[in-house]
Amino acid sequence: MTTTAHLPAPRGVWLRSRLPRPGIVLAALFLLVVAVAAVVPGLLAAQDPLAIGTDPGFLPPFASTAHLLGTDQEGRDVLSRLAHGTAPSLVMGLGATGIAVIGGAVLGLLAGLGSRATEAVVMRVLDVVLAIPELLLALIVIALLGTGTEHALLAVGVATIPYYSRMVRAQTHVVRRSGYVEAATGLGIHQASVIWRHVLPNAIKPVLVLATIGVGTAIAVGASLSFLGLGAQPPAPEWGSMLAAGVQYISVDWMLVAIPAVVITLTVLSVTVLGQDLRRRAEGRTAR
Amino acid sequence: MRAKLLAERIGWRMIAGVGVLWGAATAAFFTLHGTAGDAALSTVAGQGADPTQAVLDQVRRDYGLDLPLWRQYVDYLGQLLHGDLGESYQQRLPVAQAIEAQLGQTVQLAAGAIVIALVLAVGVGVLTAKRRRWVRATTTGVELLLASTPTFVIGLVLLIVFSIGLHLFPVSGQDGLRSLVLPTFTLALPVTAILSQVLRSELEDVLEQPFILTARARGMRDVAVRFRHALRHAAIQLVTMSGYIIGGLLGGTVITESLFNRQGIGQLMLVATTNKDIPLVVGVVIFCALVYVVVNLVVDILYTVIDPRVVTR
Repeated sequence: MTTTAHLPAPRGVWLRSRLPRPGIVLAALFLLVVAVAAVVPGLLAAQDPLAIGTDPGFLPPFASTAHLLGTDQEGRDVLSRLAHGTAPSLVMGLGATGIAVIGGAVLGLLAGLGSRATEAVVMRVLDVVLAIPELLLALIVIALLGTGTEHALLAVGVATIPYYSRMVRAQTHVVRRSGYVEAATGLGIHQASVIWRHVLPNAIKPVLVLATIGVGTAIAVGASLSFLGLGAQPPAPEWGSMLAAGVQYISVDWMLVAIPAVVITLTVLSVTVLGQDLRRRAEGRTAR
Repeated sequence: MRAKLLAERIGWRMIAGVGVLWGAATAAFFTLHGTAGDAALSTVAGQGADPTQAVLDQVRRDYGLDLPLWRQYVDYLGQLLHGDLGESYQQRLPVAQAIEAQLGQTVQLAAGAIVIALVLAVGVGVLTAKRRRWVRATTTGVELLLASTPTFVIGLVLLIVFSIGLHLFPVSGQDGLRSLVLPTFTLALPVTAILSQVLRSELEDVLEQPFILTARARGMRDVAVRFRHALRHAAIQLVTMSGYIIGGLLGGTVITESLFNRQGIGQLMLVATTNKDIPLVVGVVIFCALVYVVVNLVVDILYTVIDPRVVTR
């Protein structure tokens, strides 16, 4: 026990540590808007994202009340396309990270709890996979399965499994030596039940915190794949493919590129900021 | 004694590297084997062709697909050792040749990016470590922004500002140095952000060390203390991140080359993926794994030069 625990903290410090920083509040608010757009895109933009209307193309933002963010090369409403493109991006981020965490948990537990030989085999296989850049791994999966949103999601998920496997294994090594696991084992509780009730939840918690940052990365990589023409296919509204279409007209109307680019960046940035804050809190708790 | 330890350490690393390559080759073999039926078919089945069974059998024999699995595996490893990565079935030419033709462009791009990333990261990291609050807040903010912006967005922003807005550089193509500037920075900036983040946090630890205080007490100027004494210690952390750097660059070339319409390994990989040209995809990936292993080995040797303690430890 340290004596400092009994001293009252200076007032300013107390306030600063309890009030979330403005950046974090902004990030959370932005993600709230993004989440609303993903669930009910019609709330933000009433127009059909696919309708090629009578309105002229390349309308600049704020020029018309009907098209707040202007229109694209085919006269479609940019705001609607952005709003409808939100859900695929979030599904990509959450889905790919979900696959990666589940895959990582299975491999990590196998390596962390299995025999020495199992661990060696799993880790050496992971070494091989880690020698290949993530994006190239994703490209292999797409080359084998073909292009498309679902395949891109699977590709991003599979490509990041090794990363999570290593984290889960490292955590498992810590957790399995802890008192409560030994106590549970000593009480004669079945091994599978010890793993499921004690090892897995405790080993996975820090990994989940880092996975929030992974969601942002997955959104970025997913958008990159769409940008390369390997993920969502036009005319489907999706941020990456909107950018890819806009690039062809970059000298005519660079707003078509700038708007989705800003939205993608803000989304990834917000997820990262929140993820880092979560991590800071989690580390603070374990450090104490 | 030191030489022996060093040799031992490098020896082990080489074995590990060969192991990784062997694993990659094995995975490549099974990937190719699983899709080999298509390979045999695609060589004879052009538009509307209807190959007879005899022709198919002939092709299968030509490709050695009638041999037992272990023979095919051994043959494949033998081929790889001779630098034969197989044949692309879209481009009808050896994969090794296709890679060789594109390598120069990508090496130019990647080498430029490494230099820019290291210079910027070291400069920013060294000069901003342990400074006033606002310096720290600004640089970490910019780094966070750059690190979470997807590579292609960075490229597009550079394009909009410097090409469309200021007309300083061409939008795409690859003639001359001017066309290389924007792609190189696109590739370098995300890596720079991560590196300078790591470097600064490492430097902030190092600058607390007693030997820094000693140097300052000798009357050494602050900048000199940072570059001459602190940097060498913090640089070790950069060296351990070489794997990450290579990965970032190799993945980044796919996007950068596509965005700026350049030739190179990344473009080759992208075209191969779109065409489902599995031998070419697998060939490029094996090549990248080889680069990764070799660079890591070289870096490992460098490591012992920068930090002699690792050998004796």
